[in-house]
Amino acid sequence: MIEFFIALKDYQFMQYAMAACLLASLGCGVMGTYVVIKRISFLTGGIAHTILAGMGIAYFLNGSPLVGAIIAALITAVLIGFIKLRWRQDEDILIAAFWSCGMAIGIIFISLTPGYNTDLMSYLFGNILLVSFDDLLLMAGLDVLVISLVFIFYRQFLAATFDEEFARLRGINVEATYILLLCLIALTIVLLIQVVGLILVMALLILPAACAIQFSSSIPRIMALAVALSALITSGGFMLSYGPDLPAGASIIIVATVVYFISIFLARFRHD
Amino acid sequence: MSSVISFENVSFAYNHINVLEDISLEVEAEEFFGIIGPNAAGKSTLLKLLLGMLEADKGSIQVLGRTPVEASHLIGYVPQAPSFPRDFPIKVEDVVLLGCQNSARYFGGFSSEERKIAHEALQVVEIDKLARLPIAELSGGQVQRMLIARALAGQPEILVLDEPTANIDVQAEENIFSLLKQYNKHMTIIVVSHDIAFISSYVNRVGCLNTRLVCHETESISGKTMEELYGAPIKMIHHEH
Repeated sequence: MIEFFIALKDYQFMQYAMAACLLASLGCGVMGTYVVIKRISFLTGGIAHTILAGMGIAYFLNGSPLVGAIIAALITAVLIGFIKLRWRQDEDILIAAFWSCGMAIGIIFISLTPGYNTDLMSYLFGNILLVSFDDLLLMAGLDVLVISLVFIFYRQFLAATFDEEFARLRGINVEATYILLLCLIALTIVLLIQVVGLILVMALLILPAACAIQFSSSIPRIMALAVALSALITSGGFMLSYGPDLPAGASIIIVATVVYFISIFLARFRHD
Repeated sequence: MSSVISFENVSFAYNHINVLEDISLEVEAEEFFGIIGPNAAGKSTLLKLLLGMLEADKGSIQVLGRTPVEASHLIGYVPQAPSFPRDFPIKVEDVVLLGCQNSARYFGGFSSEERKIAHEALQVVEIDKLARLPIAELSGGQVQRMLIARALAGQPEILVLDEPTANIDVQAEENIFSLLKQYNKHMTIIVVSHDIAFISSYVNRVGCLNTRLVCHETESISGKTMEELYGAPIKMIHHEH
């Protein structure tokens, strides 16, 4: 434990990693709340895995994989949003198809790229120790964008996630609001990929908000609590992984799961 | 008196099955109009056309001189059953605040003016003490009152209620209708109900709907009218409490 704090004081890459944990927690707590209350975990998983297509293509074209991830995330969010709104009866199958096909496209482009790039593996499973200053700037920018839009469209998001029929009657464009919400979730996934990788991203997005929702009935409070829990989970997982040299992403997800089960127990205890 | 709702020869079909046929209806300002009819008679469809949630196949509909979609923000709607999950993490006052959506302030959080309007709406339906409670903790009757408060918070010109008393006891039903009667002094009210005996003491006029619509003054409703509407013998029992 003390080794971790010494390393955090001495090494820049450790400081960047901790900053990445905290920056990821902001978007994660805010957008994870919408994923949990709207019950769209599967849909979120579909977006996360399809992002590999964008990263693979960006690698093949010698571009930035994160830019590829952002473009793929936004395109997938819009397409999956349309599937949800227009082909509701086949939603399950279509999202599963997107999920697998996105990964398949990503793998094909990786295999077509000469040499084996270890960076891409870090995006699959996360490698927080490789976060650069430019990555941190991008993460901060995404946080500012996501949180500002949630603040601006707070009442539209609340109305459309709570009661679509009534929101429509009150003149809210529920479809456009829903697509915007999915785009913000997609950008948050890109934020989290830096920390835990796209395979594990779903758990980090959902579990802190799922813990928080058990202790409040106010969405802003759930968001604040989810941000605090995300910060605790990501930095705690990172810290625990350091001594025994375990993968940080996987350690963070295990901590998140343990915290979630503790929260279920505490919520039951409080209720009784 | 001017007509605020006008249906002219309106027909509507779901998958080529006629649900509403040749409906013509005029509702005057500040009228309390009841719609009754058996299951699958087209009552909810008629309301959805009025609210602009569906489009008529034939005929025309005018609400306050506009199309139903243009006028939807001027209508307060209380659905038959809540169309939201009961475990959604939201407090009663926030649900009512969502009824204020047509205010000048469109973005960001809710203003103090909107909070005042929501609080007044909660006072009217006598659940202001429950304002800070999560909706999961409300009873069926309290949810119904919350939905009425949400509709009133939009300060509508027309209030539309679909079976507002379906899930509540008789005393609560009486309270809600007495409340509506007060609001009727400055608001047009349309109410769909299966309980003709009950609503007849509050409404001015009743529309009997079974694919087609026939309107009656409340005094003229007889056992024969009811038999024709429901297609089965109806016993009218007069009793005192």
